[in-house]
Amino acid sequence: MRHDHLITSKQLSRADIETVLDRAAEIDADPSAVADRHAETVLGLLFFEPSTRTKMSFETAMKRLGGDVVDMGSVESSSVKKGETLADTVRVIEGYADALVLRHPKQGSATMASEYVDVPLVNAGDGAGHHPSQTLLDLYTIRENAGLEDLTIGIMGDLKYGRTVHSLAYALTNFDARQHFISPESLQLPREVVYDLHQQGGTTGIREHESPEEVLPSLDVLYVTRIQRERFPDENEYQKVAGEYQIDAETLEAASDDLTVMHPLPRVDEIAPEIDATDHAAYFEQAHNGVPVRMALLDLLLSEQGGDGDE
Amino acid sequence: MSNDRDRHDGDDDHALRVSKIRDGTVIDHVRGGQALNVLAILGIDGSEGEELSIGMNVPSDRLARKDIVKVEGRELSQDEVDVLSLIAPDATINIVRGYDVVEKHRVERPTVVEGVLSCPNPGCITTGNEPVTSRFSVLEDGVRCSYCETIVRDEIASLIDT
Ligand SMILES: [Zn+2]
Repeated sequence: MRHDHLITSKQLSRADIETVLDRAAEIDADPSAVADRHAETVLGLLFFEPSTRTKMSFETAMKRLGGDVVDMGSVESSSVKKGETLADTVRVIEGYADALVLRHPKQGSATMASEYVDVPLVNAGDGAGHHPSQTLLDLYTIRENAGLEDLTIGIMGDLKYGRTVHSLAYALTNFDARQHFISPESLQLPREVVYDLHQQGGTTGIREHESPEEVLPSLDVLYVTRIQRERFPDENEYQKVAGEYQIDAETLEAASDDLTVMHPLPRVDEIAPEIDATDHAAYFEQAHNGVPVRMALLDLLLSEQGGDGDE
Repeated sequence: MSNDRDRHDGDDDHALRVSKIRDGTVIDHVRGGQALNVLAILGIDGSEGEELSIGMNVPSDRLARKDIVKVEGRELSQDEVDVLSLIAPDATINIVRGYDVVEKHRVERPTVVEGVLSCPNPGCITTGNEPVTSRFSVLEDGVRCSYCETIVRDEIASLIDT
């Protein structure tokens, strides 16, 4: 990797992705080998929006590399409440930390913040924008379960507001995956994302559907996201589509035995609990993969400090 | 373009509507109705005492109807001219000194425009209180915010930061 910051999955080449995933696999196989690798290193956690899991996952990753974290705490208790700008906050915390992780409700916040700091900055979600470290752990999970070669994936649910979906779709264009996007019409992929996917050369492998039925049998992976009731202008509209996008044992009868079911979690009722114990379920494993993948990511970003980036 | 009448249609045929200037810039072949947006993009509103002549919806050979903007005492920079291309892609810029056109050029589309347009996405970081200058990359058929990535194809003039 030759990036100072990780802002969007669009900046990741196939080689970059493979570097992170390979490193994650090494760490996963022998975590003790990296236990002191980043002793003395401090990671700054700037979460302007609650996200316990992502935050804990980064915190765990840094500590397992021998480092520590500083946490600005909740927005309510911080100087943000007093009206401090993000640009000021990141410049202050940069003085305490060797790298920063930013979650912020505004789109483009990570891009802007990265213009103010010299330490590596990882975007852990910018509004409806991007969430690239989630994408890396999704890719890791896909590689472990189904492989990234010759992949047919269905991505289902709220494709409009789902930043994890957008990030994953961009990254998968590196692997020529066949991508089937399944959603109610009102929650289709934003046209801008479709535009980008075409720009990235993903034109052949992108299809949009309103129902999972026709594509389910052909899928290697089904990536389910939560349809948020509050996104619908009226309850009736929600009720019409809600049932269509829930996965249970009966739905999966039409699927391949090898189908891997993923979900970025938390889920509500998109995946019935009866799936949890089957070989299809990979969502808890997916969540656990966040730690080795973020360890690998931090290791690669921090190890480039002081160098000129040439490899 | 080489048509003599066309080249002069602003200055001669419609002399009564848009008077000649001595020193300054004539922006010709602006799409009909866009003259006020051209002034907005240039940050000219007359409050500095600038002497302006504006012709709107003047008949033209090249465009069915065109606008002309004449700014006395001010020569546009290349940057300003480039930004004009977003709303006036056919415009010709004439720099006038002593009543003579001393330079004449076409606008060129820049790859990036900074500090000119404001992002229409209320969820964009540039719409908050941050000390950030708006930046848009110029696409073939629109502009795109460099921060939130929103693409705007129509109504670019309405984004002009005034
Ligand atoms: Zn924007």
